[in-house]
Amino acid sequence: MDNSLVIKDYEAAVVGAGHAGCEAALALSRLGIKTVVFTVSINSVALMPCNPNIGGSSKGHLVRELDALGGEMGKNIDKTFIQSKMLNKSKGPAVHSLRAQADKADYSREMREVLEHQENLSIKQAEVTELLTENGRVKGVKIRTGLVYITKAVVLCTGVYLKARCLCGEAITNTGPNGLQAANLLSDSLIKAGVEIHRYKTGTPARIDGRTIDFSKMVPQYGDRPVIPFSFSTDPEDVQKEQVPCYLTYTNEKTHEVIRGSLDRSPLFAGVIEGTGPRYCPSIEDKVVKFPDKDKHQVFLEPEGLHTNEWYVDGMSSSMPEDVQLQMYRSVPGLENADIVRNAYAIEYDCFKGIQLKHSLEFKNIPGLFSGGQSNGSSGYEEAAAQGLIAGINAAMFIKGKEPLIIDRSEGYIGVLIDDLVTKDGIEPYRMMTSRAEYRLLLRQDNADLRLRRKGYEVGLISDEQMKELENKESAIRQEIERLGKKIVGASKEISEFLTSIGSTPLVTGVTLEELIRRPELSYEDLAPIDPDRPLLSDAVREQINIEIKYRGYLEREMRQVSLFKKI
Amino acid sequence: MSEDTIAAIATASGASGIGIIRISGPKAVDIAQSLMFTKSGKKLDILNQPSHTVKYGFIFDGKEPVDEVLLTVFRAPRSYTAEDTVEISCHGGTFVLRRILSLTVRSGARLAEPGEFTKRAFMNGRIDLTEAESVMDIISSGNEFARKNALSVLRGGIYEKIRILRDGIIHETAFIEAALDDPEHYSLEGYGDKLKDVINKLLSDIGHMIALSDTGKVLKNGIKTVIAGKPNVGKSSILNLLSGEDRAIVTEIPGTTRDVLVSEISLDGIPLILYDTAGIRETEDKVERIGVERSRKYIEEADLVLFTLDSTTVTEKEDMEIYDCIREYGKKCIILLNKTDLGSSVADSSRFSYPVISFSAREELGISELKEKIGELFFAGAFSSGEDVYVTGERQIEELKSAAGSLKLVIKSIDEKLTEDFYTVDLMDAYSHLGNIIGEDTDDALFDRIFKEFCMGK
Repeated sequence: MDNSLVIKDYEAAVVGAGHAGCEAALALSRLGIKTVVFTVSINSVALMPCNPNIGGSSKGHLVRELDALGGEMGKNIDKTFIQSKMLNKSKGPAVHSLRAQADKADYSREMREVLEHQENLSIKQAEVTELLTENGRVKGVKIRTGLVYITKAVVLCTGVYLKARCLCGEAITNTGPNGLQAANLLSDSLIKAGVEIHRYKTGTPARIDGRTIDFSKMVPQYGDRPVIPFSFSTDPEDVQKEQVPCYLTYTNEKTHEVIRGSLDRSPLFAGVIEGTGPRYCPSIEDKVVKFPDKDKHQVFLEPEGLHTNEWYVDGMSSSMPEDVQLQMYRSVPGLENADIVRNAYAIEYDCFKGIQLKHSLEFKNIPGLFSGGQSNGSSGYEEAAAQGLIAGINAAMFIKGKEPLIIDRSEGYIGVLIDDLVTKDGIEPYRMMTSRAEYRLLLRQDNADLRLRRKGYEVGLISDEQMKELENKESAIRQEIERLGKKIVGASKEISEFLTSIGSTPLVTGVTLEELIRRPELSYEDLAPIDPDRPLLSDAVREQINIEIKYRGYLEREMRQVSLFKKI
Repeated sequence: MSEDTIAAIATASGASGIGIIRISGPKAVDIAQSLMFTKSGKKLDILNQPSHTVKYGFIFDGKEPVDEVLLTVFRAPRSYTAEDTVEISCHGGTFVLRRILSLTVRSGARLAEPGEFTKRAFMNGRIDLTEAESVMDIISSGNEFARKNALSVLRGGIYEKIRILRDGIIHETAFIEAALDDPEHYSLEGYGDKLKDVINKLLSDIGHMIALSDTGKVLKNGIKTVIAGKPNVGKSSILNLLSGEDRAIVTEIPGTTRDVLVSEISLDGIPLILYDTAGIRETEDKVERIGVERSRKYIEEADLVLFTLDSTTVTEKEDMEIYDCIREYGKKCIILLNKTDLGSSVADSSRFSYPVISFSAREELGISELKEKIGELFFAGAFSSGEDVYVTGERQIEELKSAAGSLKLVIKSIDEKLTEDFYTVDLMDAYSHLGNIIGEDTDDALFDRIFKEFCMGK
């Protein structure tokens, strides 16, 4: 080969700079590996081509976990959110989940900046067309222009770009999301190397011009105050800022009639779509067909950012022809005059059968080849980022000749996600759900740092200083729980009156503060007035104390199950 | 599918006209091929023998014919085990059967463990677990009820009942999980109270199945009934009356002396195993004492004692001894005041704290009252044969109890006002315990249900 075509400057190549690719590239380079990350468009780094939010039920857990390990997504959304909400606050702590609306452009720009400033990391706009192997091992990649990059490891984070095909009614284009260039050659090269492929499908709703929306006919949905940051490294004070609302409206019988009347033009029902779509994320035509008894479906209007007119129509993804889309969106209260900026579409793409991968996300049959993200058969930005981080870390471990980082099902949602992906035959794009976690009560979003930060430190992505902070937090929790277990309050008149005043019952005999906190109607916070010796503690520490004391029985039961699981 | 091939004698042990050797597994047909010849020792083509057809020939041990047989081939999956199966019908007799069996082993089969064919049928998805268990029950069923119940289970009676219970549980779990996953779409407001009603109904259904299981066990095994009483109170005639034509099933219990006979009778569907101590010699005083001692032994093992009094004689020490014995062992007991056709009673039956039935073996009086009393004592008065399906396996009953235990924890969580995410762990535990009864696991069932019933997503 002509030597001028061969580049040997890098130890690792990451293919794709979406949510998985960014995490993989950052992890590799931060672990001291000279890394190049390829993207088909430098303007699409960390692009959010679908919903404008990060987190949500169980996905919020993933972001917290990847932050604990030293990933970037949590920090980036903390910088660029425009609304934040803790979901399920009225439920148990295991299912609290943070979700933030992002300013999409900001999110992408901020992440690109992080990449651009990262030591050991180069960004290269190019389509990777070929995986190069030698004796069954990874040797590097070749790009469209003919340049060859010789590396020790390659991480595939190809998202939905492999042989991507977008469908909007009869209009079918061979492009990736947002009209971006698809990667049409890499799949075949991978198949030749022995990689097995699935064909999956997903979809996105239209974006509508905000000036043509009548928000007065919708119910505003506001964010929380105060805002809780995603990242354990973000100072909570830095995220208390102005937020923007989303809006709730509903489809109606008229919407459903429009859809039913045009089903013959839907690529989904006409059989044009070949890929398998996710059941949890049906298009509106799917919903209307599968749930004929429902006379309305929920629709959320979510802003795409602060400096754009575009609004995302959550609940109404579709692959109907655009004229049908226009009728169907305009049947929804508040959208009567809606103009579509970008039409809804379905997208089909090649992805890899997860069972070819080890838990380290390395291909079993191709040493040095790793894969993370939607290309492993998952869906969602957060699922992608979490895998990207693990694939990146383990590519680095591979190059350094160290043991891979494997998180098991009892340690994190990331473990559940990867275990499900690599051990089960996927039948549809995989989405995280809290019910997939057997040890849900232990794997909370509030304790992700306590569970995983030490692992991040051992790998090398968490600094000494961050580790010190974790240790301080741990000892603060331990000491305070110890103190509460020893501190006895007597059955005095004052105490009994106080307890009655806050809706509890008087004491018959002296008890510890810990026992009082265990009462269903009481919390650590409630007892402040009768606990003058209480040290000054952060919200996060107080939260842990409360949860650990109140749910101890349940937590211990689950820990016993974990020790059984570990024995198997 | 199994990798090895198993063989066993499929017919009951003991001398009989014909016997069957069954071979199942990937090498079943090969093994049959290696053993099967014409009378003159020419090869027969078994390898290409179509499924469900019979061939006539001889089993050879080397050069020597062992027996004249009919050989049936069942090709996978259309066989009992869903594997390739061969059945060799040969002449009965332990020797021939064992010899052919050992030939199959020499050709590469392994001796099957008890129940292994059924296990394979289950593993290969031919039958569910309750069906598999009931096949074992049918094989070992001792009476008509047990056989009927086993058959009903085999037809999926239990399966259907359990399936309905599980369906209820997973529906609720899927709703909770859908709401936790998409809280802005599905509300759990006031859901705890509704769930409590659902669970109470499930608990009562499970409780009913457990309660019936006791009945089922009694029915499956038969009620061990001892007719006790001092000499000459008419025990023999009572036995003869109760057993009627069923008396033909009289057998001797191995290992005991000939003085106790057993007959299995069906009192309008209630299976009784009557222990007849009437054979005990009663003429000489010494032996009489032994007779009482023997009676004690049978009373100790009985489910029911029919304590017989002679209405024409006054109650005496001997009656009291038997009475004390019944009380000592805490047995269920019915007093038969026999010979009431001979005039009004002089026996003081009111001294005994058991139900009394005026009886006459000679005039056949009191039988329907007796049946009614037995019904009250064993089936809480609600005996109806042939309608309910009874869970009788110990394992199944344990799983039912565990499921009920998990559901009670859900009620506890609701009462303690825990949040809904705490309910689903115990709900799924109950679901999985019930699944164990019919051999179905929980893999992905929840997600299938969530996606099927609840509309969610962007």
